Amino acid sequence: MRRVYLDHAATTPVHPEVLEEMLPYLKEEFGNPSSIYSWGREAKAAVEKARTRLANLLGADPAEIVFTSGGTEADNFALRGVAAANRQRGNHIITTKIEHHAILHTAEQLEKEGFRVTYLPVDKYGLVRPEDLEEALTPDTILVSIMFANNEIGTIEPIAELARIAKSKGVIFHTDAVQAVGNVPINVKELGVDLLSLSGHKIYGPKGVGALYIRRGTRIEPLLLGGAQERKWRAGTENVPGIVGLGKAAELAARELPQRIKHLTELRDLLIEGILEKIDYVRLNGHRTQRLPGNANFCFEFVEGESLLLNLDLAGIAASSGSACTSGSLEPSHVLTALGIPPEIAHGSLRLTLGRNNTREDVEYVLSVLPDIVAKLRAMSPLTPGGGKENV
Amino acid sequence: MAPKRVVVAMSGGVDSSVTAALLKEQGYEVIGMTMQIWPKSQENPAQENPGGCCSLSAVEDARSVAYELGIPYYVVNLRETFEREVIDYFCHEYASGRTPNPCIVCNHRLKFKALLEKALALGADYVATGHYARVRYDERRGRFLLLKGVDKHKDQSYALYGLTQYQLGHTLFPLGELTKDETRHIATRLGLPVAAKQDSQEICFVPDNDYRGFLRQRIPEKICPGPFLDRTGRVLGMHKGLPFYTVGQRRGLGVAARERLYVTGLDPERNAVILGPLEDLYRTGLKAEAVNWVSIAPPSSSLTAAVKVRYNGPETPAELIPKGESEVIVHFRQPVRAVAPGQAAVFYHEDEVLGGGIIASAAEM
Repeated sequence: MRRVYLDHAATTPVHPEVLEEMLPYLKEEFGNPSSIYSWGREAKAAVEKARTRLANLLGADPAEIVFTSGGTEADNFALRGVAAANRQRGNHIITTKIEHHAILHTAEQLEKEGFRVTYLPVDKYGLVRPEDLEEALTPDTILVSIMFANNEIGTIEPIAELARIAKSKGVIFHTDAVQAVGNVPINVKELGVDLLSLSGHKIYGPKGVGALYIRRGTRIEPLLLGGAQERKWRAGTENVPGIVGLGKAAELAARELPQRIKHLTELRDLLIEGILEKIDYVRLNGHRTQRLPGNANFCFEFVEGESLLLNLDLAGIAASSGSACTSGSLEPSHVLTALGIPPEIAHGSLRLTLGRNNTREDVEYVLSVLPDIVAKLRAMSPLTPGGGKENV
Repeated sequence: MAPKRVVVAMSGGVDSSVTAALLKEQGYEVIGMTMQIWPKSQENPAQENPGGCCSLSAVEDARSVAYELGIPYYVVNLRETFEREVIDYFCHEYASGRTPNPCIVCNHRLKFKALLEKALALGADYVATGHYARVRYDERRGRFLLLKGVDKHKDQSYALYGLTQYQLGHTLFPLGELTKDETRHIATRLGLPVAAKQDSQEICFVPDNDYRGFLRQRIPEKICPGPFLDRTGRVLGMHKGLPFYTVGQRRGLGVAARERLYVTGLDPERNAVILGPLEDLYRTGLKAEAVNWVSIAPPSSSLTAAVKVRYNGPETPAELIPKGESEVIVHFRQPVRAVAPGQAAVFYHEDEVLGGGIIASAAEM
């Protein structure tokens, strides 16, 4: 059976060149970067090379990169670290309703610890309105955290403008860019952000490694305490193979970015146009153009997302109904709910996210399989006008 | 011809694991599925009931069995349906002075309805479970028959009497032909990781098998202390709340008496628990409602059958008198002990399940 992987927002395959670079650090180059002898020096040099490569991708200074165990830790670090370091200055934090749970659940925990959190709404495309941010800012606000691009619907937020608004009030600005890095051009200096989270396995690097960009001079405290690794910003022996892999993935992303954007945008538009043309009662979630190049997200009316996904899996197609982190819970997605989509329609959502290895044939395969599955499910659904002939 | 596709309801236990393995051996295209039915509040892995059939650890066991078998495996979310159809029913029945049987309702409304719908949506022809019961199509009657499992000690047909012809037509019970020992042997032969697992006996959604604690949490307003009465209406003491008692219960009454006392009835109107000696527990008949006829078409005249009034109870010969569409009056040939309203009365002819219904009331001697 043909197998088509269309869930690159969940994770990506490790790039062969990334694996090549990692292997020595899982074998002979096993040293601890903190050690003084040659093994340690080799490992340390590899970590610093990776830091430079990642800094180059972001337009940052290498000293502004702190490696973490992944995007979730980077998000926790940003929120908790800024909250702890700025408690004397204020207790108000602003974020949005459509963040990843790594942000939302951390913000909820901070609320329990006495902080006040504002969750900004979004418009029907998932865009944060700059005037909403302006209004929400108070003299007590210490942090604004707004995701760069949404993991479910792919909407790209106007980060430069939002950051400018926060900075004009002297408020620290963080962006969770886990989905955006490697898919859109990012320059932290031009954007004006203070903190930026990213993850290795979303950009053809390994799992278990990520980073937080911390603009020099940002008031933040470390999350993990212990040894003096990462210049005391993040204790714990470095995940050397992971960091090397992330560095290589960053270098490849920087090099391939224009081709990747072109390739993904073409396939995405083919997929979106094909689905909108072949299937009725379907809506595209998110913004038509202001979205990640590889992201397509739909709601199929009268269809339950779960059955859709299982049928696609049986046809060899890997897709998701929202974020991989919330699958299994079938509460309608908090993102789709924030867009104002009614729950009965949000239940029929499907996210297809393309990657560098996908081809035109992959998209054509989906377009040949999906309409039949949707039609079959609609014929059985009691929600379909005139459907539900199978009476259990 | 393409192989028939079947969705196996997998609980992570021996029975459903062997069910999946056998069907795969028999050439079916098998898909494993587990119903996620737990209320969010009970999802703390440190506190879960390890015997529960659809708990988180059960999902992990089922997933690893499916992986070993090389079959697709999905967890489907039926939390809301379970909450509405099973847990609400369970609480409401206790609050009304009846003794519910949640497994019967779960079979009828979840496994062979909501899960069957999921299976059909996946293009499956059947749902299969690890129940010890058999389904057979009878040409002459033009009906699917429900039969006891070959292993009489494990027979689970009692809990399946509510299945409709449509449901039975889409159901496979491969273990119905086996004994439990044979099932365990197969699990061992196949090297299934769950071969040595204990049978689960408890109500899957009640933590620590403490149904009283569960009800206290769920329906505190329905739990009011009231009187223990004897059959003449004399007050014998105070009870802790109707939902905590079941007809036939002897322990934990806390009433001192010369003779041994049993709960012989629950009276929601007076919020009273009726106590009496053993002989007061016997009933000569009962009225069953919401009757489902399985192996025979709804009868128009009376017939004889062997009747079971609880899961592990004996069969008693009786006369069944149909009353309208969905009621049956049952006259036992000899008195039957502890007939609890809310439990099922299931009618058998030898191995066949003729039908069954919910006990609405019992006839006193």
